[in-house]
Amino acid sequence: MDGELKREIIIDNYQNPYHKGLKNDDGYYKANTNNESCIDNIDIQLKIENGIIKDANFDGEACAISTSATSIFLRKIIDKRVEYVKKLISNYENLINEKEYDEELLGELMAYDNIYMQPNRKHCALLPVDTIKKILKQLEEE
Amino acid sequence: MIIINREDFPILNNNLIYFDNSATTLKPKCVIEAMNDYYYNYGANIHRGDYKISLKASNEYEEVRNKVAKFIGANNATEIVFTSGATDSLNKIVFGFMKNYLKDGDEVLLTKSEHASNVIPWIELAKIKNIKIKYIPLNKNHELTIESLEKTITKNTKVIAIAAITNVVGDVRNIKEISEVAHNNNIILVVDGAQSVPHMKTNVALDNIDFLVFSAHKMLGPTGLGVLYGKKKYLEQMKPLEFGGGMNQYFEVTGEVEYKSIPTRLEAGTPPIAEVIGLGKAIDYLEKIGMDKIYNYEKELKKYLVSKLEKIDKIVLYNKSTDSGVLAFNIEGIFSQDTAIYLDEYNICVRAGNHCAKILKDEINIKNTCRLSLYFYNTKEEIDKLVEVLNKSDDLFKVIL
Repeated sequence: MDGELKREIIIDNYQNPYHKGLKNDDGYYKANTNNESCIDNIDIQLKIENGIIKDANFDGEACAISTSATSIFLRKIIDKRVEYVKKLISNYENLINEKEYDEELLGELMAYDNIYMQPNRKHCALLPVDTIKKILKQLEEE
Repeated sequence: MIIINREDFPILNNNLIYFDNSATTLKPKCVIEAMNDYYYNYGANIHRGDYKISLKASNEYEEVRNKVAKFIGANNATEIVFTSGATDSLNKIVFGFMKNYLKDGDEVLLTKSEHASNVIPWIELAKIKNIKIKYIPLNKNHELTIESLEKTITKNTKVIAIAAITNVVGDVRNIKEISEVAHNNNIILVVDGAQSVPHMKTNVALDNIDFLVFSAHKMLGPTGLGVLYGKKKYLEQMKPLEFGGGMNQYFEVTGEVEYKSIPTRLEAGTPPIAEVIGLGKAIDYLEKIGMDKIYNYEKELKKYLVSKLEKIDKIVLYNKSTDSGVLAFNIEGIFSQDTAIYLDEYNICVRAGNHCAKILKDEINIKNTCRLSLYFYNTKEEIDKLVEVLNKSDDLFKVIL
C-alpha cells in the first residue's frame, strides 16, 4: 500500500467515519477506553448473537488515528464470528508491534503499518482493539 | 526593556520552540551547574555531620530557605517548607492541617478552572469528613469575579482555595482583593501559585495569604521540589504526614516521641538537597531579570500571539482576553492531539488535552484544547514561526500521517 493511499484511507475514515453514533438499545455490549494519554475517549457497542457480531457502533472524541482505526475495525467485524474478531485483533496487534501478521486478513488496516515509527501513536492505533477486547472479556465472563 | 540571554538555556540551541511552560520550564546552565557542583564537590547530607562539606551543604540548603522567603515576601524563613512539589504541598495543607481544622458542615470554595491537585485532595477529604465543596461560578470569560465570590460565601465558608493564575484559562486573579474578602469573613485563603510565582511578583505578607504552594520546576528549577508557605500560626498546627529521620527531637522504646519545630518537623527524611540548591540559583536568575519585567514582557508577548492567531480563520481561541501568557486554541475540525503532533514536526512544543483541569469542560463546553504557554525566553520570532506553520496547516494530515 503506498503512502498516498494509506493517508486517503485514514482521512476518509476520520472525516466520515462508519458506524459513528451509539444506539440507545440495551441489547448491546458496551465498553469505553480512556487512552492512557488521557485525551482520546471512545465508546464502542457491539450486538453479539450466537457468536456473531450483528452490529457495531462507536462514539467519542479522539484523534485521526484512533477514530479512523475504530471505523475501519468495526466495518470489518460486522457479520463476522467472534473467533474471526480475535484473530483479526491478534494480527492487528502484531502489525502495530512489528511482529508477524497476515496481510490479506488485515486489508485496509494495513494503512497503519508504519505506526511503529511513531511510538507515541501506537496506543492511538490500538485504542479500538483495547476496547473490543474489554467487550469480549465481558462475553467470556457471562 | 527586558534582557534575555537565550544562550543560557542549552536546550534552545537545538532550534527548539518551547511553548509548554505551564507544564514545566527549561533550565538555565547556572541551575544545572549548581546542582552538579553539589554532587561533585560537597555532596554530603545536611544537619548530620560535623565536617566541612556537611556544614557547607547545610548552609547552602538553609540559605535557599531564606532566599525563597524573601522572594515571596514572607516574614520569616521558618514559614517555608520544602516539599516534593505543589501537589505535595496542597496534600500537606489538606490532610496535615484542614483535616483537623475543618468541622462538620464547613464549606470549601474552589473554582472549576482549578488544577487537579487543588481539587482532588479536597474531594478525598470530603469522603472522610462531613465538609462541603462549592465551586464559585465564573463569568462568561471563565474568570473569577469578586461579586461572584462574595455571593458564594456563607457563614459556613471556612476555606477559599484557588490558583492565582489558572493553568488553562490563564486569568490573573486579584489575590489582594480576594484575601480581604476572605479575611473579613474569617476564611483561610489557600493560593495555588504554581502558575503565578514563576511569572509575576508575589508577596504573601502584602497580600495576606495564609497558605501558598508552588513548584520549582515551573520556575527554571529542578523537578521533584516544591514549596509550602504557611503563616507561622497555621504551620505550628500542621500535623506531619511523614515521620522519620530529621524531624524528631528524640524517641524512646516506650513510644515517647518529640518532634522538632517548624519547618524541620514537616521535612522528614533526607530532602532533595541538590534540587533546593538549584532552586536558589533559579531565583537568583529570575530576580536578576526582574519579576515585573517578566510579567509585562509575557503580557505583551501574549497580545502579539493573539493578534497574529486571530488573523487565521480556522483558529479558535478560548481565552484571548486573559493577561497571562497562556492561550488555549484549536484548529477547527482538527483534534487537539493531531494539531500538537503536527506542530512537533516543526519542533514546536505545545500541550494537547485537558491540561489536568478535567472539570473545566463543564465551563468551556470543550474537552480538549491545544495550549500555548509562554515564558520570558520566548520571542516574537518564535511566534511568527508558529503562525507560519499554522497558516499552512491545510496539509496537516499530509505531514502527520
